[in-house]
Amino acid sequence: MKLKDTTRERLKSVAELDALRRKLKAARDPKKVTVLMCMTGCRAKGADKAAAALRHEIGNFRLKDKVDIVETGCHGFCSMAPVMVIEPFGYMYCKVTAEDMHEVARTTLKTGEVIERLCYEDPITGARIPLNKDIPFYKNQKKIVLRNCGVIDPTLIEHYIERDGYAALGMILSQGVKPDKVVEMVKKSGLRGRGGAGFPTGIKWQLAHDQQNPTKYLVCNADEGDPGAFMDRAVLEGDPHTVIEGMLVGAYAMGASQGYVYCRAEYPIAVRHVKMAIEQAEACGLLGDNILGSDFSFHIKLKEGAGAFVCGEETALMASIEGERGMPRPRPPFPIQSGLWGCPTCINNVETLANIAPIITRGPEWYAGMGTETSKGTKIFALAGAINNTGLVEVPMGITLREIIFDVGGGILENKRFKAAQTGGPSGGVIPADFIDLAIDYDSLAKVGAIMGSGGLIVMDQGNCIVDIAKFFLNFTCSESCGKCTPCRIGLTRMLEILNKISRGEGVPEDLETLETMARVIKDSALCGLGQTAPNPVLTSVQHFRDEYMAHIVDKKCPSLKCKALITYSIDQELCRMCGICSKSCPTGAITGQVKKKGQEGVPFHIMEDTCNKCGMCYSMCPFGSVALA
Amino acid sequence: MTKIAQLEKSIKKLDRNKGPLIPLLQQTQAIYGWLPEEALRHISEALDIPLSKVYGVVTFYSQFYLKPRGRHCIKSCQGTACHVRGGKNVLQALEHHLEVSEGGTTKDLKFSLDTVACLGTCFLAPVVMVNEDYYGDVAPKEVPKILKNYE
Repeated sequence: MKLKDTTRERLKSVAELDALRRKLKAARDPKKVTVLMCMTGCRAKGADKAAAALRHEIGNFRLKDKVDIVETGCHGFCSMAPVMVIEPFGYMYCKVTAEDMHEVARTTLKTGEVIERLCYEDPITGARIPLNKDIPFYKNQKKIVLRNCGVIDPTLIEHYIERDGYAALGMILSQGVKPDKVVEMVKKSGLRGRGGAGFPTGIKWQLAHDQQNPTKYLVCNADEGDPGAFMDRAVLEGDPHTVIEGMLVGAYAMGASQGYVYCRAEYPIAVRHVKMAIEQAEACGLLGDNILGSDFSFHIKLKEGAGAFVCGEETALMASIEGERGMPRPRPPFPIQSGLWGCPTCINNVETLANIAPIITRGPEWYAGMGTETSKGTKIFALAGAINNTGLVEVPMGITLREIIFDVGGGILENKRFKAAQTGGPSGGVIPADFIDLAIDYDSLAKVGAIMGSGGLIVMDQGNCIVDIAKFFLNFTCSESCGKCTPCRIGLTRMLEILNKISRGEGVPEDLETLETMARVIKDSALCGLGQTAPNPVLTSVQHFRDEYMAHIVDKKCPSLKCKALITYSIDQELCRMCGICSKSCPTGAITGQVKKKGQEGVPFHIMEDTCNKCGMCYSMCPFGSVALA
Repeated sequence: MTKIAQLEKSIKKLDRNKGPLIPLLQQTQAIYGWLPEEALRHISEALDIPLSKVYGVVTFYSQFYLKPRGRHCIKSCQGTACHVRGGKNVLQALEHHLEVSEGGTTKDLKFSLDTVACLGTCFLAPVVMVNEDYYGDVAPKEVPKILKNYE
């Protein structure tokens, strides 16, 4: 069935939706060769060129009727990008290029034979693993939210419908499930908000449901601003309809008639896919007035952010939707009582909403059967930093850090030693290696001073300096502080000044006490979540890595050689090839020597310590690695 | 069509009830490439919002520009993953070669250099994005080669 230019007919009842799904399923030939190519994240590594080449080769080999290419969302295994999965065989090819496509068409697509050199290589045994499902990265995951990501074409509503999409909505409407019953189901599932704070979603929906105001709003918070988190981007790009269906169920449960998706403008593909999804759902009668012929109506509008991290905070987000500066307001009143334009407003995160459809169709008991006592279901983590398998992973709550980093994540880059993990971005904390067997859920992370946050997980090895990381996050929250309340505006700035002093080697031991006191005061007194959580990276790092701070303060040394003022640069006279690049790039003229030319002797270059301002330019620019740090 | 006429057209099509200012500013920037004073005055009058307030919104959000931009927009990612893999050194190299600091535009209006908190492509860290092109695993010494790709 050619779906790309199909005209969609309005579905007038749940029966018509079910009939369409049956028709789509029947039309699918399970034996047909299908190539699933990630066309979102992998695009950055040339997936579009590979896809174009593959189309060309399929033409050359006259396979057009025998092979389908599906342009999917993220497969999760980003460090292997661009990736492709070939069904029905289940082969996964990694780091493919346009040049590989001739062989892929000739071998795998034509005969079903596997091309070993393109398969995943186990970093320990060196063995090639042809099947997607056997790769350790996937074996230890449980995909619920990401069930369709990397499988369907996100720009086609039919692909979503075929994989039981909009079945939760259909079930509610056809069986006449009452709104409070829907709220009850979400409550029973134990689902908690995936945006960071972990507030129980069912209770939020109950509060929204109980509001008397006839005008209510439901907002999907897609302003994913935490550096190091990209799961919401992947869901919106790879399976936007699951978010829309989650919103529909929510709107039905609480009685909202208007919804907004507030999406970060830095995510152009996500914006495009959500827009398409809204249009297609409207055309099919799954969104708009009298959905599927019922008297339930719900509209969704997309609002693009304009670049402000604080807009991920719910009251700031609402100010931004209203066209104002995105500044938080004091709570109470809570958005659920008085939100957008003074009406009750329920704000849910992308990943939270993407959990809703499976909870309804498979039942809250099934969902509550996964995870820990207080945190149910799965969580998506964005693995990044000094780890082999960077990418997106969905794992059950309660998994240990060790399992995530070493089983799913494939261990530390270059086999270095694991030093710490940072969760929850600028609001989270640093977890030292001692806690590697910590079972991760909302409460266990809070106990060690970190938070779940949106699920960014940055892995650090011995080469990362803890003071530098704390400084990095504080720098970020300082520049993103909206400036409304004093503790955040002034307090964070003062803390940053102290950290800068420490990393310049000018700190005194009392600085640590001052940092801790200020951190606690800011946590207690800042107006919104940004300020209240901003001291966390400093607090946890001082708590767990006091020795490293003391090394900076007392010994005036940065053990990881990251804090530039505490490093001395020198040029290894034996290794210097006398090219002069270092001298040319030095902004203070601190490097002398003589360039070696043809037929002429040169003089190896040398850094004058008293003129060197320790910018590190020579170290970055030297093509031969002759600049040494100490 | 002149730019001001295009702006007029955007204003006419606007849904004025629900927070029209930010979407209109976004459209205006798409027309001009930046936000010139005359356009902001026009918007202020058309929406009956004080110019000071329009200015306040414009300066709050990092995606609005009050100065002309370069033909090519460079975004140097300074997110966590990029930071731990040396994103700062890449930014430094960019500043060195373009002879502007972050937030600046080269005199010939060829490049604008910005930093961004996270591009959500942490697996490519450190990342530089030029217009819509991503460059991953960038080493500072590769910067001149990247810049050469743009006219």
